[in-house]
Amino acid sequence: MSKQEIGSFLAKQGILIAFAVFMIGFTLANSRFLDPDNVMGVIRSSAILGVMALGVTFVVISGNLDLSVGSMMSFSTIVVLDLHDKIGPALAIPAMFAMTLCLGAFIGFLVGYLKLNSLIVTLGMLSAIHGLTLTYSGGQNMDIADKEGTWFSVFGQGDALGIPVPILIFLGLAAFLGIMLSKTPFGRKVYAVGGNGTAATFSGIRRARVVFMCYLMSSFCVATAGLIQASRSLGSQNTVGQGLELEVLAAIILGGASLLGGSGTIFKTVIGVLILGFIQNGLLLVGLQFYVQYVVTWVIIILAVWLDIAAKRGRLWSPIA
Amino acid sequence: MQPGTLSTFLKRGAIWGFIVLELIFFSIAGEFMSLSDNAFMDLDNMLLLLKQSAPIGIIAMGMTIVMINGNIDLSVGAIYAISAIILLDSMTWPIFGALGDGAIPIAWLLALAVGTALGALNGLIVWKTGVDAFIVTLGAMLGYRGLVFMYNGEQPTSHLNWTLVDFAEAQFLGLHTATWFLLLVTAAIWFLMNKTVHGRNAYAIGDNREAAVNAGIRVGPHMMINFMIIGFLAALSAVVFYSESGSVNPNDGELYELWVITAVVLGGTKLTGGAGSIISTFGGVLAIQLLRKGLSHIGADTETVNLVIGLILIAVLFLDRQLNIKGKEELKV
Repeated sequence: MSKQEIGSFLAKQGILIAFAVFMIGFTLANSRFLDPDNVMGVIRSSAILGVMALGVTFVVISGNLDLSVGSMMSFSTIVVLDLHDKIGPALAIPAMFAMTLCLGAFIGFLVGYLKLNSLIVTLGMLSAIHGLTLTYSGGQNMDIADKEGTWFSVFGQGDALGIPVPILIFLGLAAFLGIMLSKTPFGRKVYAVGGNGTAATFSGIRRARVVFMCYLMSSFCVATAGLIQASRSLGSQNTVGQGLELEVLAAIILGGASLLGGSGTIFKTVIGVLILGFIQNGLLLVGLQFYVQYVVTWVIIILAVWLDIAAKRGRLWSPIA
Repeated sequence: MQPGTLSTFLKRGAIWGFIVLELIFFSIAGEFMSLSDNAFMDLDNMLLLLKQSAPIGIIAMGMTIVMINGNIDLSVGAIYAISAIILLDSMTWPIFGALGDGAIPIAWLLALAVGTALGALNGLIVWKTGVDAFIVTLGAMLGYRGLVFMYNGEQPTSHLNWTLVDFAEAQFLGLHTATWFLLLVTAAIWFLMNKTVHGRNAYAIGDNREAAVNAGIRVGPHMMINFMIIGFLAALSAVVFYSESGSVNPNDGELYELWVITAVVLGGTKLTGGAGSIISTFGGVLAIQLLRKGLSHIGADTETVNLVIGLILIAVLFLDRQLNIKGKEELKV
């Protein structure tokens, strides 16, 4: 292999290599790190972030952003907890999904059909949905009255075949959406719209509809994440999802998707989510405070994106004068 | 009227028209719905409004020039918190103990220097690596927040210096100290963007980077200077606010970036760069603060303000696009 080939190999697989290095390092530092219980725990606590990231991956590949997923997750958590006691869990869950999908459809309409800038629309919706949640709950924390006697807790706390249900939901959804993105005509349209919107339009793809569907997908994932969150804690504050929108983006960027659209895969996003989760866990296990992970994440994100674009342009430093 | 003049006029004046509408609406609605006897357009109330606009407003001036440059800065909330901690903590350092109140200017300078340095770091990374500013400052938002926590754990940092409090609460010619800072910053940034080479180049870079490069403008240093300015202003905002409050939590300043960007976008600055006005940003800042105050004046829940601001932001975006389309059609004729 020539020097250049090695360079591009390192840059392409850089994130997997970094992941491996971290795993080895943490394992050496603390032998409990690779303990099955610990690994399971990490994936389980990453599941909520992960489920949200799956949906946002669609939006990012289509060339848009979604900053509203954090407050939308708070909304669905609060709504499902509130409705649980009012109309019972069997009706509360579909009702919550319907309401969250409506929000997603509204955003999809604004960004897809009205062609408004997705960053500002979803920024506005971040604020608006937060207000909606607070108005809905009256600013109060929401709790389920009978925490012991409800089957609702199965989504967040249950086990099936020895595996926690949140993990099954996360990985199942990842497999489903991964196939949808890579093997179906819809998936190819998403890449086409994000890669070159004009070319996609000229080849007969209805761009607005594809973008609309991506936001619908995103809100579906958010509703699922809200369901897991609500079921796990059976009670919630109004701000439970605050800030998650940026962590979701961080995971997607770590996975190697471009914010300009047209690149990224579900598999990479899952890797990005797991990296964030394992780093967080590893740092805690070696005895560091939770906030050290913020600094580590900062360094990793910038290095990951930098190496990625450096490999593409063939030189390390930017050509900006 | 020239083609396009009307829409240009509408766009330029829109934010001020919106402010007037707000004032009228809240004054009238306040008569019927307000619990207090005071009128909404009470002088004291308006002075307070200006003062309360200052923390967001000062940062918004920096955000405007960064966005005119075609970049964005999501880390301002974290820089704000770090600077506040440096300001309050450095006054208690033993080496400054002998100085008494002489430690105040040193604490101010330290806080401002830290803010500027963090902004410079963002700018340098954007310049040298070519990574998009959105990603760089998204990372920095996390990283700088991590530094805030590492400084003092999850404990609040507190130090109340009464000389400082007196200074921050002082009124000169009727206006509060914070208001003066807001006005001075607005004037200075307006001058920078409209009367200096740096300002002209910043507009040129945001409008068409390639053309700017071909015209011999060095893109990198200009971007970095703008990031330094926004870092400085985030620190200044913290310095002004925490001189009075004297206590900072590690979570302070969270979501400030969103409020700031909302104010700037309401003022008509484009995310794509090349267009934007300092005076309109000032209008955007006032409009948001008016809305907050107004809604609480007429007895609406404080929560409602998030809902209203979000929807207004989207409506502004929609109207702005409609006006732009109209302008282009007129141009074709």
